Amino acid sequence: MTAQLEYPDVQDSDALLSIQGLWKVFGPKAQRVPRRPELAALDRSALHAKTGCTAAVRDLSFDVAPGEVFVVMGLSGSGKSTLVRCLTRLIEPTAGSLIFEGEDLVTADEKRLRALRRSKFSMVFQHFGLLPHRKVIDNVSYGLEVRGESKPDRRRRAQEVIDLVGLRGNEQLYPEQLSGGMQQRVGLARALANDPDVLLFDEPFSALDPLIRREMQNEVGRLHREVGKTMVFITHDLTEALKLGDRILLMRDGAAVQLGTGDELVGAPADDYVRDFVRDVPRADVLTLRWIARDPRPDEVLDGPELGPDVLVREATRLVLESDRPVKVVEGGQLLGVIGDEEILAVVADPADSHWSARPSDRPAT
Amino acid sequence: MAAITSDVQVEVRRPRRSVVIGVLLVAWVAAYFLLSGIHTLPLGGQETTGFHRWLTEHRDAVGAGNLVFDAIRAAVDNIVVLLQNVLSQPSYGRPVPVIGWLGVVAASAYLAWAFGNWKVALLTAAGLGFVGLQGLWQESMDTLALTIAAVLLSLLVAIPLGIWAGLSNRAFKVATLVLDLMQTLPTFVYLAPLTLFFAIGPAAATIATLIYAAPPAVRLTAHAIRNVPPESVEASRSLGSTRGQTLTKVLLPMSRSTVVVGINQTIMAALSMVTVAALIDAPGLGQTVLKALQTLDVGVAFNAGLAIVVIAIVLDRVTTAAGDRPWRTASVRRKILLGAGGVGVLVAIWFSRTYVWAAEFPTDVNLGARIAVLAADVTTWVQDVFGGLTYGVRDAVTLGVLNPLEALLTGSPWWLVGAVVVAIAAVLGRWKAAVPAVVCIGLLVGTGVWQDSMITLASTLLATIVVVAVGLTLGVWAGRNRRVDLVIRPILDAGQTMPPFVYLVPFLALFGTSRFTAIAAAVVYAVPVTVKIVADGIKAVPVATVEAATSVGSSSWQVISKVQLPVARRAITLAVNQGLIYVLAMVVVGGLVGAGALGYDVAAGFAQSELYGKGLAAGAAIVLLGVLLDRITQAAAPKPHGKGEKQ
Amino acid sequence: MKKLRYAGVLTATVLVLAGCGGAKVGEEQKPAAGGKECGSFNLTVSPWVGYEANAAVVAYVATKDLGCKVVKKNLKEEIAWQGFGTGEVDVNLENWGHEDLKKKYIETDKVAVEAGSTGVKGVIGWYVPPWMAAKYPDITDSKNLNKYADLFKTSESGGKGQLLDGDPSYVTNDEALVKNLNLNYKVVQSGSETALIQAFRDAEKDKKPLLAYFYEPQWFFNEVKLVKVNLPTYTAGCDADPAKIACDYPPYDLDKIISKKFADSGSPAVDLVKKFQWTNEDQNAVARMIAVDKMTPDAAAEKWVTDNRAKVDAWLAK
Repeated sequence: MTAQLEYPDVQDSDALLSIQGLWKVFGPKAQRVPRRPELAALDRSALHAKTGCTAAVRDLSFDVAPGEVFVVMGLSGSGKSTLVRCLTRLIEPTAGSLIFEGEDLVTADEKRLRALRRSKFSMVFQHFGLLPHRKVIDNVSYGLEVRGESKPDRRRRAQEVIDLVGLRGNEQLYPEQLSGGMQQRVGLARALANDPDVLLFDEPFSALDPLIRREMQNEVGRLHREVGKTMVFITHDLTEALKLGDRILLMRDGAAVQLGTGDELVGAPADDYVRDFVRDVPRADVLTLRWIARDPRPDEVLDGPELGPDVLVREATRLVLESDRPVKVVEGGQLLGVIGDEEILAVVADPADSHWSARPSDRPAT
Repeated sequence: MAAITSDVQVEVRRPRRSVVIGVLLVAWVAAYFLLSGIHTLPLGGQETTGFHRWLTEHRDAVGAGNLVFDAIRAAVDNIVVLLQNVLSQPSYGRPVPVIGWLGVVAASAYLAWAFGNWKVALLTAAGLGFVGLQGLWQESMDTLALTIAAVLLSLLVAIPLGIWAGLSNRAFKVATLVLDLMQTLPTFVYLAPLTLFFAIGPAAATIATLIYAAPPAVRLTAHAIRNVPPESVEASRSLGSTRGQTLTKVLLPMSRSTVVVGINQTIMAALSMVTVAALIDAPGLGQTVLKALQTLDVGVAFNAGLAIVVIAIVLDRVTTAAGDRPWRTASVRRKILLGAGGVGVLVAIWFSRTYVWAAEFPTDVNLGARIAVLAADVTTWVQDVFGGLTYGVRDAVTLGVLNPLEALLTGSPWWLVGAVVVAIAAVLGRWKAAVPAVVCIGLLVGTGVWQDSMITLASTLLATIVVVAVGLTLGVWAGRNRRVDLVIRPILDAGQTMPPFVYLVPFLALFGTSRFTAIAAAVVYAVPVTVKIVADGIKAVPVATVEAATSVGSSSWQVISKVQLPVARRAITLAVNQGLIYVLAMVVVGGLVGAGALGYDVAAGFAQSELYGKGLAAGAAIVLLGVLLDRITQAAAPKPHGKGEKQ
Repeated sequence: MKKLRYAGVLTATVLVLAGCGGAKVGEEQKPAAGGKECGSFNLTVSPWVGYEANAAVVAYVATKDLGCKVVKKNLKEEIAWQGFGTGEVDVNLENWGHEDLKKKYIETDKVAVEAGSTGVKGVIGWYVPPWMAAKYPDITDSKNLNKYADLFKTSESGGKGQLLDGDPSYVTNDEALVKNLNLNYKVVQSGSETALIQAFRDAEKDKKPLLAYFYEPQWFFNEVKLVKVNLPTYTAGCDADPAKIACDYPPYDLDKIISKKFADSGSPAVDLVKKFQWTNEDQNAVARMIAVDKMTPDAAAEKWVTDNRAKVDAWLAK
């Protein structure tokens, strides 16, 4: 199976970061695995039995658009953390290319790579990766320090991002004196301090309590709106992925299973694995009217209220149920379909075990 | 060794191996009755082989008149003499050292306070005051000067090596191997060759101490670097740090507390060399101990040994406190106090340079004489009360266990012993253990001291079994009970740092000159470290695991045998291993109280020129026994990565 | 708070002490006169008390009468010989034979020279505690040893009688002797002089049988008067072949060795060392003061020198 998934919104030329045919294989003589098709085709256990190698990332290709929040999701061991480390070559990819602003990072030398890391990319880590021997402000300014900025400049910039992430007043404390959530704010501030183009998040909130996690997710959403950085966000939490991601790449055993927007994953799972994965999602919160509109029946009177196709089902529920006529889904003056009580109820009332699969009325053929 | 492995193994691992090994041992005993007395490779006390004579003849070929060694010697000598001038010896035309006792006490306490806390500062002042009152001020300062020099030089070598081994897997493997060898090599073995390279005196003594003391610092530095959380390193790299920046800004600062533990271990090792180094004229307390032994003066030897223990405990607590200090920088008030204290220290130093009472430790209160008398009285009392009993114990153990074991090892043909050892190694660790076993057995035969090696092996095995049994018992007890731990720790510290020479005389009185005496001394020496490691391992078992076991109604014994010991198995493997190394380290000392065999060969090689080569070969044999037993115990240990592979 | 208090106490102490004052460093003792003439020399001190007695007296006389500076170094014999070559050692005041080392350092390397006898006679042999000699009078003849072999059995001797040997520093012929005299004994290494003395001490106190290698002069004879077992008499050359030795150890004339450099220095201490000679009794007297009476070597030397001024003056005579 190839990962060359197509999607409508982003053209290749617009991509900020374009990943093509990326492989990461651990083990002896890892190079041969991507090169030899008969090895590349083996599944996980067969590959390990035959070569002693493990493929953490298998032949991935995707583009990330500027300003986009791109989520990579998968269970533990699916290769997502390896993937994000390959993006800045913290782990060296085995094969493939990483095109960033027209430059292939795989061929960049140590010095160039360092320069890119100092100004273009930043990363936020699952366990924060803070330096316990440095105060908050010195942790935040670490990236500026290693690229040789003067102390006053460092301090000023660090203070800015500390204010931005809501850490003001804690500058002189040591990481161990902060709660987990606050520590991750430090990690976030450190990543923002060198004003990168791309922010990489490696399961940043999975070590936090649920309440703090939600708060931090909102914080990231807010920052994304305020500073508009491109983000690649790794998570194993579907809710988090749906909440933050413009698009979601679902990985399994190192390979891509499906790439699409949240409602595409929920509304049109590519296979049973994805279907199983999204089963517990409250569909009403994810699906839009586009996914449940049906063609009007001949006997229906089309004078009900009108709604746009991108309205969430949950938001439309009350209106549809209160209206005694089907609601019209209209986009650009054109009627896409209608929605009656039964369509709404099918989504809202029976979210779990329904094997019903929606078809968006305007979903392009694949 | 089968006994050791089965001791620890049986409960932990599947029993099949122990059955195989049992069959092997029975077959060996049967073969012994058929073959005993042939191919046993005996070699009398004064006899040598061609290889030994070759070594003896070529002893002068190394080192003599080498410019590099002369330069090193001069440099090291200068460092030691400088420190002695400052601390202990009349210097620069004055009848007293540069800093007198008051200055030393004040400065030491101040440093302890600045790097540690006020508690260890008080302990430092009290400890130094105590050795002064013992009447051993100058000797203690000589010992301190030599220790400081040796530790500084050790760290200069060890920390860069440790960093290298921390960063490179290959260097780590090589370093581990070399360090194992360095630590099992008996000090006596390199004492005499070192004097060829560096002549007699402080330089050779310092370098001998360095060789012995550097390994823990290398090991722990490497360990610390390797244990820095990978995310912190990745974070640093992801922000574009160079390797140097990552090393200096992330790895080293984050390794600090573990590196300090390494420094602590290095200091302890250096102090344990004080007496041995005195054999090549290292100044200080070791001389006092050795001199007292000539006249069997247990009291004076104990007094000097006690001073070493006190210094060791002070240095241990101060370095531990320094390692535990939080990252936080000093408050303003502390800074002011530090400044004021600094001025106080300068005043004290000025006094100690100006007035006699502050320069020379007052001799009015001689606590040392009283301690010596007390120690001698206690020793006599113990001898009188237990004298008869101890001989009985000795004879029972010797006749019942040691002699049969020794007969089996020394009476069997060498190839039979070799085959059994290799077979056991193969059963326990397949070719990874069998190959080193073959190599070690081959080299042991090559040293020409096979039979002596087997005698030493018998005593070593017996001593190690006792050490492990006692170590497990006390260690589990201390690991489960905080109060026991609190009581037992200082005793263990004392046992670890008290020079073995001090308790040789009482042991001789209790057990006579015999192999048993040597075994008893080795047990006393090796038990503390074993207990400590086991106790720490037991304490590290997660509370939840123990609670879970208790909640299903396990008895204490079930909790210990089914939960705590298996979970702490890595610590226990380490404890067995270290117990073994410590027992081997005492082989030469054992040779001084009647163990004979390799220990005697090494000591004789150090003392008699015609036996030089044999002594060297015997030293190598001790190392080979160490490597052999180490590989087999490692192979017998459960492999922790077995489970990790699935992920 | 406690830190403050601690600092306060420290300061107060310092101030109080400052008020006391006291004698100032360097006011009392001036260096001994005449130090230049003699200079300084390094004296090795071998690890037995008899040697220490020699060293104590020579060092005392050299310091007090000649104004020399004597640096004592505690070294094993073998190591001390090396020291002649490196300049670490100038004087060895009691050498027990060591023909091989003499050959190497005196004849081959030419870094050391002989400086005459100490006057002390060294005896090496097999000894039993006095109670045994009293109870079994014929035990002192080696011919009768087999008769008593059972008495000397221990856990170490494997069914035979035990002959306890000493410090690894001492060359012994005991294994060959046992074999060539057809004795039903096994040589067991005690491993150190300490072990040997402790064994004799216990043997005499608890009336335990013990046969062991020992030597005179030794301070321990002041505590327990050991009795020598007579081996077949030594005749010149009877020890030529180490494997066939069947005779007693030769008597040793203990001598002095000095470094070539020191011998050529012209220091008056060279004459002192060359002329230094005394008897076994003299040495034992000083050794006893050090080992049994626990006097410092210097104090013991002072006492002996005061009592024996005439002998000392003979060493100093021009």
